[in-house]
Amino acid sequence: MPVMFSVLELMPDWLLTHGPAFLMALPLLMAAIMAVLPNKRVAWFTTFIVTSILTITAFALALYNAKVGTTIYKMGGWAPPHGISLVIDALNAPVLVLIALMSLITVVYAMPATVAEIKPNKRAPFYAAFLLCVAGLLGMVITGDAFNVFVFLEVSSISTYVLVAMGAARDRRALSAAYNYLILGSIGATFFVIGIGFLYMETGTLNMADMARILADLDGGSRVAKVAFAFIVIGLGLKLAMFPLHTWLPGAYAYAPTPVTVFLASTATKAALYLLLRFTFFVFDPSYAYVADGLLYILVGMGVIGMVFASLQAIFQTDARRMLAFSSVAQVGYMLLGIGIATTASVAAGYLHLINHAIIKGGLFIALGAMWYRFGITRTEDFQGLGKTMPLTMGAFTVLGLSLIGVPFTAGFVSKVNLASAAADAGWWWAVGIIMLTSILALVYIGRVLLLAYFQSPPQVNGETVIRNEAPIMMLIPMWVCALASVFIGVKSDAVVGASIRAAELLLGAG
Amino acid sequence: MNEFFLITEHFSILKQINPGFWVILAGLICTLLPIGHARKAFVIAAPIFAGLLIFQLYDVNSTEHLGGVLQFGPVELTTLRIDELSVVWGYLFCLAGVINGIFALHEKCRITDSSALVYTGAAIAGVLAGDMVTLFVMWELTAISSVFLIWKGGDHAYAAGIRYLAIHVLSGVMLLAGAVLHAQANGGDFMFNDIGLDSPGGWLMLLAMGIKVGFPGLHMWMQDAYPKASITGTVILASFTTKFAVYALARGFAGADILIWIGAIMTCFPVFFAVVENDLRRVLAFSLNNQLGFMVCGIGIGTSLALNGVVGQVFVHVIFKGLLFMSIGAVMYRTGTAKASELGGLFRSMPFTTVACLIGAGSIAAFPMLAAFVTKAMILAAAVEEHLYIPFLMMLFASAGVMEHSGIKVPHFTFFAHDSGRRVKEAPWNMLLAMGIASFLCFYLAWPWGGYQNLYALMPYPMEYAYKPYTWDHVVFQMQLLFAAIFAFTLLKRFKLYPAERRAEILDADWMYRRMGLNVAIWGSAMWDRLSVHTSRIRTRTLSNVGRRLYQTFSPAGAASEATPSGLAAVLTAGLLFVVLMLGYFAR
Repeated sequence: MPVMFSVLELMPDWLLTHGPAFLMALPLLMAAIMAVLPNKRVAWFTTFIVTSILTITAFALALYNAKVGTTIYKMGGWAPPHGISLVIDALNAPVLVLIALMSLITVVYAMPATVAEIKPNKRAPFYAAFLLCVAGLLGMVITGDAFNVFVFLEVSSISTYVLVAMGAARDRRALSAAYNYLILGSIGATFFVIGIGFLYMETGTLNMADMARILADLDGGSRVAKVAFAFIVIGLGLKLAMFPLHTWLPGAYAYAPTPVTVFLASTATKAALYLLLRFTFFVFDPSYAYVADGLLYILVGMGVIGMVFASLQAIFQTDARRMLAFSSVAQVGYMLLGIGIATTASVAAGYLHLINHAIIKGGLFIALGAMWYRFGITRTEDFQGLGKTMPLTMGAFTVLGLSLIGVPFTAGFVSKVNLASAAADAGWWWAVGIIMLTSILALVYIGRVLLLAYFQSPPQVNGETVIRNEAPIMMLIPMWVCALASVFIGVKSDAVVGASIRAAELLLGAG
Repeated sequence: MNEFFLITEHFSILKQINPGFWVILAGLICTLLPIGHARKAFVIAAPIFAGLLIFQLYDVNSTEHLGGVLQFGPVELTTLRIDELSVVWGYLFCLAGVINGIFALHEKCRITDSSALVYTGAAIAGVLAGDMVTLFVMWELTAISSVFLIWKGGDHAYAAGIRYLAIHVLSGVMLLAGAVLHAQANGGDFMFNDIGLDSPGGWLMLLAMGIKVGFPGLHMWMQDAYPKASITGTVILASFTTKFAVYALARGFAGADILIWIGAIMTCFPVFFAVVENDLRRVLAFSLNNQLGFMVCGIGIGTSLALNGVVGQVFVHVIFKGLLFMSIGAVMYRTGTAKASELGGLFRSMPFTTVACLIGAGSIAAFPMLAAFVTKAMILAAAVEEHLYIPFLMMLFASAGVMEHSGIKVPHFTFFAHDSGRRVKEAPWNMLLAMGIASFLCFYLAWPWGGYQNLYALMPYPMEYAYKPYTWDHVVFQMQLLFAAIFAFTLLKRFKLYPAERRAEILDADWMYRRMGLNVAIWGSAMWDRLSVHTSRIRTRTLSNVGRRLYQTFSPAGAASEATPSGLAAVLTAGLLFVVLMLGYFAR
């Protein structure tokens, strides 16, 4: 780590001091400019530059955080309880890096993908909406103000609805999926803001640290706080696709333009999960009986049911992207299980799985996008012979798929083992069994397409065998970055595991 | 030696790595190397390099060199230990690796080269391992890498290879189980030292080693697999596996009384089989078994004279046994068969091979001036010293038997006897070279004036007095024994009482699994078929029912995947909210 800190020397001082504001202001500003940009090529390039800068900034801020600890940035110089503060601590710094990095990866991938999927005159608005979404996600993660969270949540959500609907050029079902997402997302956001309202009523403040302090003074607060907790958990549950509230997700993932799916799968639900962590452990506290019950019965219960049900559904899917979408719901179940066990180790494992899964699913969706780009593949049965026709793409898909299953030396293995051992330490042996069971189910749904890809010969078209047609380099780079990252984490996991343990210790205290 | 040549001083990392690993590495490289000559260079150079490393790492004055300590949780592994016992096997295996490499120079086969190297390396690493876990890993690796040598023998070797692999993997598993039990009984110490038979772990390990060394009743894999391997494969196989197990026995069970009797029986029973067997490689496999009996018996006696005898016997045994297998291999290479009934009169066309075979035969029969004369006598003398007269007599009988089947039968039926009419070329130069080196060593290691003393220098245990092999009474006694055996052979041949060379396959204890086991398996499979026919309806119905249910629920057309209208989803959300509210309301 000290070697890494020397990177900070290269960063200008203003970036480290004003970086938090810069992180959300830059994409917001650029999104507005982008919307009126006429030239689509400039639009991609600008987005690329912006996301690169965001990645560097987020990385620098995370390093700075690891060096000096929690920093609080006062927006406009107004001190926290009254003004809006931006907080960077061990919990949100990795998520910020993740969002910025995945946005960069998505943009790289989007260069060829948008050409195929978005009409030329829609590309500049597409990138504008994308930047808006990035701004919203970064904002809701970085802000220390509860109402501000809602605002940014809406910013990201509304831009997401737009982005999903843009898939209509490829598949008209995108419209109904986007509509469905709009309705449910709005319900979620409404629930969330109602919860914030109740909290404000109870504590008289909107600053989250302040709320936490006052709630602790009130020893968990009155019935109002309980109601607030219920609304917030359900509202966020909708956003993060907790099991029975996940119905918007498969449609949105399957019919959105492929870059949008990549970005959504790796960041949107993750940001909502971050908020769930922030509220259940930081603003509220598991020591309040109603929070503990909610964790145990709702998060764990729904998480586990979701793990099994969604995995089973994934097995039977005929559409590859829907399959991965259901798998996402199942993976969210792992994270909820980790959060619900509520020990430092388990929360760290859930957090770790959040990061790992973002990388894995991002890469998998890029690979699927590349397959659609070259051969128009959406159904799982069309995977036959892909091992020969797109060896590099299929290679990345295989590595990431194995990581999703949890094969040793991959990221998925690290987080699943950590989660299983945390569950075992807490005495939750049945949960270990469920983790094993769903890993086997994952083996079935991933193995099914791998078998097709490697043990079937390529299909015949007009009497001729389909020949090799590899994905363009701008798709191969991001998907292999994800694949290699997942292997790297699997082999040398200290940095990521360390970050997740620091995050869990921030929430639960060391030990 | 010049300081400059001490490579271990230049690269201190070499002190921590088991020299066998380099040979294994060379073998792995060979699997990828398409150039035959480069592979051959590896095959020769790797054992030499390993031998050099052992020489430089082993300090004659200090007791042992430990290295490569790894910590896995509570288990501490010492992957390298060179002490006065293991160093002998280390040298020996390196030497055997080189000779085998030369013998196989003509063979252009990537599988043979690489598996021979990995096998050799695993054997070296195994004897130089300090802990039982590394020992186990190498134990299994020798089995897995060597099975390819058996499979190279052709299609008929496939089943034998499978049987070989199964038995050795079983042996390894037993070894590991025994090691874990033993370590548990000793407070988690995994170092491989004297084990003894006080714990069930010790018995398990003894059984595992017994399989590998060929205890009576557990021996049949040897006569089953060795004759079926490829020509070079047999030579390589005969060098390592069983001697590795002898090392393990000497290390773990020196002085275990039960081994005296096991060893004595082991020397005797193969004699009968060897006399009637037709396949000469199988004869040699039986005689290998018999030789191992001497070693096991010596280990059981456990005095320093006996153990030194065992060490010396192992050393010379690898050389002369290899020599015999090589000479029969050379014959087989030229004629295509090793059946006694189809050979004979080859001394005209393969004179050098004949000489080499005779030297090997003389060595195994312990002619004076030839290898086993010194070492076998040490074991026998140790038996007498300990007043173990019955085992002594059994071994004496076996010595005559060795003379009978290996000393006379093998060369007689191959090179002399009735002329088979085959006129073939002399063996290739590399085979002759390998046999020449081995023949030389057979003489050298028994040479009364400065030869066997070198062998003594290697022996690990301090002796109260240096055993003097070349005394009048010993030489005369041995000659009497040998000539009596020759006389008996001649007599039997003269009166046509000697079992004629016939084509036949002799089954002994392996009848248990090759015939009975096969029949049981056939019967079982037939019964299973009937059972499965009767239950198939039930099974398929249940399976398809379960599958259909799952499909009906979870498939895209199923109940759980029905497109949920946003209204329903909203109601669900409200319902869940209600649940959480109730939870909060009734919270403690």
